Amino acid sequence: MSESISFFNTPSPAHLKGMKAWLLTHDHKRLALMYMWAVLFWFSLGMIIGLLVRTELMTQGKTIVGADVYNAMFTLHGVIMIFLFIIPAIPAIFGNFFLPIQIGADDVFFPRLNLFSWYLYMFGGLLAVISLVTGQGFADTGWTFYVPFSVTTERNVSLTVSAAFILGMSSMLTGLNFVTTVHRMRDKAMGWMQIPLFTWSLYATAWVQILATPVISITLVLVVFERVFSIGLFDPDKGGDPILYQHLFWMYSHPAVYIMILPGMGVISEIIPVFSRKAIFGYKAIAGSSMAIAIAGSLVWAHHMYTSGMSDVSVFIFSLLTFLVAIPSAVKVFSWVSTMYKGSIEMNPALLLSLMFIYLFTVGGLTGLVLGAAGTDIHVHDTYFVVAHFHFVMFGGTGFAFFAALHYWWPKMFGIMYDFKKAYVGAVCACVGFLFHYVPMFILGLQGMPRRYYDYLPQYESGNFSAGLGGYLMVFGVFLMFYNLFMSFKKRTPASVNPWGGTTLEWSVPSPPPMENFVEPPHVKDYPYDFSEIVAESQKVKGKE
Amino acid sequence: MSTRVDSTGIKLGMWIFLYSEIILFGGLFVLYAIYFYDYAGYFAEGGKELSRFFGSLNTIVLLISSFTVAASITAIQQGKKKMSIGLLIFSICCGCIFLVNKYFEWGAKFHHDIYPNSERLVNGEPGINIFFGLYYVITGLHGLHVIIGMTLLSISLVLVIRDKITQERFAMLDNSGLYWHLVDLIWIFVFPLFYLVL
Repeated sequence: MSESISFFNTPSPAHLKGMKAWLLTHDHKRLALMYMWAVLFWFSLGMIIGLLVRTELMTQGKTIVGADVYNAMFTLHGVIMIFLFIIPAIPAIFGNFFLPIQIGADDVFFPRLNLFSWYLYMFGGLLAVISLVTGQGFADTGWTFYVPFSVTTERNVSLTVSAAFILGMSSMLTGLNFVTTVHRMRDKAMGWMQIPLFTWSLYATAWVQILATPVISITLVLVVFERVFSIGLFDPDKGGDPILYQHLFWMYSHPAVYIMILPGMGVISEIIPVFSRKAIFGYKAIAGSSMAIAIAGSLVWAHHMYTSGMSDVSVFIFSLLTFLVAIPSAVKVFSWVSTMYKGSIEMNPALLLSLMFIYLFTVGGLTGLVLGAAGTDIHVHDTYFVVAHFHFVMFGGTGFAFFAALHYWWPKMFGIMYDFKKAYVGAVCACVGFLFHYVPMFILGLQGMPRRYYDYLPQYESGNFSAGLGGYLMVFGVFLMFYNLFMSFKKRTPASVNPWGGTTLEWSVPSPPPMENFVEPPHVKDYPYDFSEIVAESQKVKGKE
Repeated sequence: MSTRVDSTGIKLGMWIFLYSEIILFGGLFVLYAIYFYDYAGYFAEGGKELSRFFGSLNTIVLLISSFTVAASITAIQQGKKKMSIGLLIFSICCGCIFLVNKYFEWGAKFHHDIYPNSERLVNGEPGINIFFGLYYVITGLHGLHVIIGMTLLSISLVLVIRDKITQERFAMLDNSGLYWHLVDLIWIFVFPLFYLVL
């Protein structure tokens, strides 16, 4: 590999210096890192707030905060985690950084729009902070902003939903950028069936972002209008229908969970083959299932509303469609497991986290079917069962995929290696803590404890108490992983170009990559997961020893 | 690598963006469809209160402005800068006429005590309230888009005058034009839904 200057030392545009080289940059890699610090900040904050909520619930009655604060806290936890962490996390950080490199491009198609999206993201976050401290305080509606409460509550709902509106716009513009980039900037030699699976998943995600986000935008605008002008579009007294709000809300927000999970699945599809030294099983099936999830997932929104009042026919159809989404998801899980079968597996923190992902996501997915079936849903609707299911897919799924992505691409992004031992310990603590945290919630849900309540009956105390303890272990594990990653800045153990033996294009460029990503023109493989060269090389090394 | 201008890609991005705008209004049209199903009679009654004259006039104004924007793009492609400038100014004026008409229309409604949360609507039939609620939300949001479109056209106008948009590089004007057509297109749906409802 010829000498190259990393992007850290080459501002873009070239005349910028110091802070401006970051704040006005057009470079997708710098933007990715700027997103990363912001997202990590919000994630840590959201996690601490979540932990405080669980601490409050550890004992009956008041533990640390009153009911009003509690309501604002779980809303804040939801809004931060959904709009500021999980939706932007993988696409905005790793998508921005690696999508252009994986398809052999020097940047995204609209670099300035990319910068604009970052500012929208920051502005949305700022609005959320402002809505915390002004007016009557942060919204206490839960992140779903259901009418009529969101229209009548005294709290600062208008500002909070405006923040969500702006964050939605940021995510949509990122999606628009990615779709255009994949279509127009792909290396000429790269056909659709040679695109790495992470990019495939981002491409599918981007379409969902474009398709669904405007619906939530208009819904949130309507909430603000209702608050300001009292039009009555969702108010039965004035001829409106509150159920319509729920339809509009979930028309976006159900597809949004696929915006959250699909990039995570893409990460796993990259990591598993690399550490199994084996071509991914069912490349086309995985790429196709991303698109299938994107399409089918857009048609299942009303499964959140079985108990809201709907015709039996609608319930039946939405339940059927919900079950259909399980098929492409299962295709992915089976493909990952089959990839590992007879592979030459090399253990690594990124792989361990991916395996945790598969396990936790599978539990989350299967319990999703319990909720998707109309009969059982009536029993567990709006109980802790839903909370546990949601966190299993979103945190156990996307969250662990996010950690895996951090450990997988960290050496590439910064050119330094982290300590494996602490990473393993952190991952295991997070996973064990996770199980102790959320499994009791499944049981509490089946026993009938409703979600979002400030207080509960005595029989739920032991479950809530152990969930709180698990929460502390989990948060400790997550922060240990972060601490370990940050400590790598101090030790600065250099990482090679291809420390894991990956085959996609990002592993052919220096770590960290130079300004325009490629030192030599990229060489696109006929098949993106062809490990024959990597295996041959490692055998050569072994032969010498 | 990045020096070339890929106008197809820029267009692709713009079309996707326009698509998202259509979905934005799509959410409102969903509301309209469902409430129309619930309150068809009241919607017809409410529609009679709207001035078909102003509605038709605005439709014609917007259609003409769409034509002149398209013509200004063709003019710049043929290197006729002055003609392009003239056509753009005319289109922006059409936008202004549209907004002025809208202002008088809304003003007349306010005068008749028809506006969100007005006593007449709150105490009247729910169907009428929903009709006018949707009327204000949809035409209001559309009006906002007219203003955004006019801003884009004005920026393009300045760029044409300063020779930043030329025969070879006219993507900005092209995309502003596309946006203006979108504003027009949405109005084509809004007009019959409110003014010609049976």
